[in-house]
Amino acid sequence: METQSIVSLSDVTKTYRQGRVQITALDGVSLEVPQGDFLALAGPSGSGKTTLLNLIGGLDRADSGSIRLNGNDLGAMSESELAGMRLEQVGFVFQSYNLIPVLSAEENVEYVMLLQGVAARERREKARAILDDVGLEGMYDRRPAELSGGQQQRVAVARAVVSGPSIVLADEPTANLDSATGRALMDMMRSMNEAKGVTFVFSTHDRMVMDYAGRLIRIRDGRVAGDERREGEAES
Amino acid sequence: MHTLMAWRNIWRNPRRTLVILTAVVIGVWSMIFLGALMRGLTNQYLEIGISTLTGHIQVHHQDFRSDPVIQNRIDRPGRVAEALEPLLPPGSHWTERIRVNAIANTARHAQGVTLVGIDPEREARVSFIGGAVKEGNYLEPDDPYGILVGKALAEDFETRLDRRVVLMSLGVDGKVASRAFRIRGIFRAETEATEKQYMFVTMAAARDMLGLERGVTEAAVLLPSHELTGKTAEALERRLPTPPLAVQTWRDLLPLVRVTIELYDTFIFLWFLVVFIAMAFGIVNTLLMAVFERVREFGLLKALGMRPRGIVQGVLTESFFLLLLGTAAGNALGVLSVNLLAESGIDLSALAGRLAEVGMRRVGYPQLQAGGFRLANVVVFVLGIVVSLYPAVKAARFTPVEALAHT
Repeated sequence: METQSIVSLSDVTKTYRQGRVQITALDGVSLEVPQGDFLALAGPSGSGKTTLLNLIGGLDRADSGSIRLNGNDLGAMSESELAGMRLEQVGFVFQSYNLIPVLSAEENVEYVMLLQGVAARERREKARAILDDVGLEGMYDRRPAELSGGQQQRVAVARAVVSGPSIVLADEPTANLDSATGRALMDMMRSMNEAKGVTFVFSTHDRMVMDYAGRLIRIRDGRVAGDERREGEAES
Repeated sequence: MHTLMAWRNIWRNPRRTLVILTAVVIGVWSMIFLGALMRGLTNQYLEIGISTLTGHIQVHHQDFRSDPVIQNRIDRPGRVAEALEPLLPPGSHWTERIRVNAIANTARHAQGVTLVGIDPEREARVSFIGGAVKEGNYLEPDDPYGILVGKALAEDFETRLDRRVVLMSLGVDGKVASRAFRIRGIFRAETEATEKQYMFVTMAAARDMLGLERGVTEAAVLLPSHELTGKTAEALERRLPTPPLAVQTWRDLLPLVRVTIELYDTFIFLWFLVVFIAMAFGIVNTLLMAVFERVREFGLLKALGMRPRGIVQGVLTESFFLLLLGTAAGNALGVLSVNLLAESGIDLSALAGRLAEVGMRRVGYPQLQAGGFRLANVVVFVLGIVVSLYPAVKAARFTPVEALAHT
């Protein structure tokens, strides 16, 4: 039985201008991401991984080609519609500066639900449950500055998945973590993928992180250089 | 949570917040305090003007002000009384006077003065003279030869109580009329000019001297508040035969006071403007610094799905808190300092020693007025929010990708 695609990219290109130089970040990328994928975008710095994640998440617009998320053409959406789409359907985990510094761990997790209009009590219950899931029980009231890098990334993952998005996009989520903490974070993300069916797309150039991926797409010079299924390979 | 976030955000850099709060507090305090001091000075100036034989409204013969002679008098003062009595608001007082130019003579001195014939009892309720006699006694209603002389004039004339003063003026018949008076009391006034200008006798004595059977030169009305002046004057105008009579308010009778008040109002407005502009730069600068420090954070918020309007609201809420704290403390400080100095006043003689020469007191008593208080707060608050729109919109315009890439 064919799994339905959450993300569908067709011949997507994106160029940036830096002064007088035009840089091609993506050059005719086509890609399908089925629901439940645990997909790694691998490639060296500057290969276009982050650009690809930004385009899938509606943070940026493609120059040409089409990007569909749950069947909706992102290119046809207004900025406001894109913001609404990000709010309801996409969870983000960034490499750094992921949390709002003036909010506690619990408030950070609640924040997206607040924007969604979820009632206060439900927000609180869900936030605490997901923080417990990611191993941050009893740290609800800590501000980001009072958490380690790994704990901060766990809060970010909790926030990304708490409202049940269609897809979680993580841009080098372990880049600022030591290998043990990075491994623990990947374990946690994979268990969420397996237990809850959350679709993850993450970028990395770390071999350890690639090993976790159920599917590995190699990006080189803005093109898809390889796409391999790696069912059963990922091990903690 | 948005409100909580804004509140916490303003305390992320407490020193910067305290600096801008201090600027807002000083700005609001200066608006309130200087506004109250200016208002106090102009009100005192107006009070002195009104109590120095002006009142709020006067009725004259239409030609009296251009030619103040006894011939230009109100011949039937009863008509004025009939018109006035029913329309005066409670708490009002009024009186009639005979006011003519005269020459005062003693054995050694002579000087032009204004002779004022008064009804001592009623006059005491309308003008300053009732409480101004510092030596001797106030006039008795039936005193035919008693006169009240100003302290400064008495000194110039080298005269004192019980001494004689001869007054000369033009009588009703156009001939020189004169009468000798005895000094019953010496009065003090706010200005030396007033002490040198006016001499008071009873109405009967003035009539006797001028050969006048009936009639007065003016009726003066003191109202319980300045605000009632215009309405009462208009009503009076409708009830009196004008011409030959004319109704004038203090605005017509004290043009210098009116212009000074208008000038002070302009000063207050300009002061508000200057303070606000300085404050606005501070607010915009602080918020811009706060916005540029948090570019990545705004990118994160946008990535999470916050719409630009939400970011504008967030920054404006931070501005709201700064303004709320600043205006609250500024108001408290303003009210406190005005109350502290409302009794003792501020001696301005070092700054403007010649104030007394134009009829102003040397000591200014700040007076808080609801209008000025409201205006200061509205100016700071509303315009403060308006200028905060610039950094707020700036924050909302960062695209998520640019903002997240910001270092």
